[in-house]
Amino acid sequence: MKEIILARLKTILPNIQVETSEYKDELTLHLQKKDVVDVCKVLKNESELKFIHCADVTAIDWARKKSRFTVVYHLFSLKNKFGLVIKADVDESDCSIDTVSSIWRAANWHEREVYDMYGIKFNNHPDLRRMYMPEEFEYHPLRKDFPLLGIPDSLPLPKK
Amino acid sequence: MGLEAKLTQDGFFTTTLDALIAWSRKSSVWPMPMGISCCAIEMMAVGGPRYDIARFGSEVMRFTPRQCDLMIVAGTVTYKMSHVVKKIYDQMPDPKWVIAMGACTSTGGMYRSYPVVQGIDQFLPVDIYLAGCPPRPDNLLNALIQIQEKIGRTKGRDFQNKPLPQLNVIQNN
Repeated sequence: MKEIILARLKTILPNIQVETSEYKDELTLHLQKKDVVDVCKVLKNESELKFIHCADVTAIDWARKKSRFTVVYHLFSLKNKFGLVIKADVDESDCSIDTVSSIWRAANWHEREVYDMYGIKFNNHPDLRRMYMPEEFEYHPLRKDFPLLGIPDSLPLPKK
Repeated sequence: MGLEAKLTQDGFFTTTLDALIAWSRKSSVWPMPMGISCCAIEMMAVGGPRYDIARFGSEVMRFTPRQCDLMIVAGTVTYKMSHVVKKIYDQMPDPKWVIAMGACTSTGGMYRSYPVVQGIDQFLPVDIYLAGCPPRPDNLLNALIQIQEKIGRTKGRDFQNKPLPQLNVIQNN
């Protein structure tokens, strides 16, 4: 399956950089963040691949200066019974990546959750509101510089 | 009660109005089941026939706050939920009492983290804190009995000249 995926990507999108890694039969594609949408379109629509299920979109905060975040996409092809992971690095200075919610509608809420927890903006997202925290909350709780017990008085309580 | 024996003698008995009102109040506490998470399962067990809260006159669980005088806050209260809990509490008619059921509600419990209110006494006047994670049903019954004892000690003047609660109307909600 790995060879088919890489061959199809090579022929349709010859100009993109793809690095691969494998861990326990799980294939990971490391991409530039500008290529993610193009690759995802191919992965979903090619008749041999058909990754029609976007199981999860999440992110990692590495707490480092260069390429601080990694956005992770978990895809699954029901036709081939094959799971695929896509990773793309995001810098803190340009903390945004293009949305894949136009390809998989399920990605809409996944991306809202990533935006809520990490503050990564998804360009062209139809409804980028916070998923869990209140709208007026200013911080992003899963960032490594956010304290576990939160920031005092950042969340309003009702008056006694 | 021995009430019938009294009535067959003279047909009347004397008491104070405070005692009579407190007695009738404590014998028919109507709970507002504020079941937010897993403690609510134990609260349901209390309502069932095995533990049977009806033995204490509190089987009338009303799902509208306007008919209740005891709020059982059963579960983890997040900051987002705290406004809802307070709104429902404000709608209950006076006099009213609150049981903080379980570790989460009393102190935040195992959720020592940013979204969970570390004890609902930060925004509600709590009468009984109930230990356990979740508390056993008999523990909740014990809390109810203690609330009843507390209500039995109240006098009419305790509730007079109380300022009306200020309703906090939340915008954008």
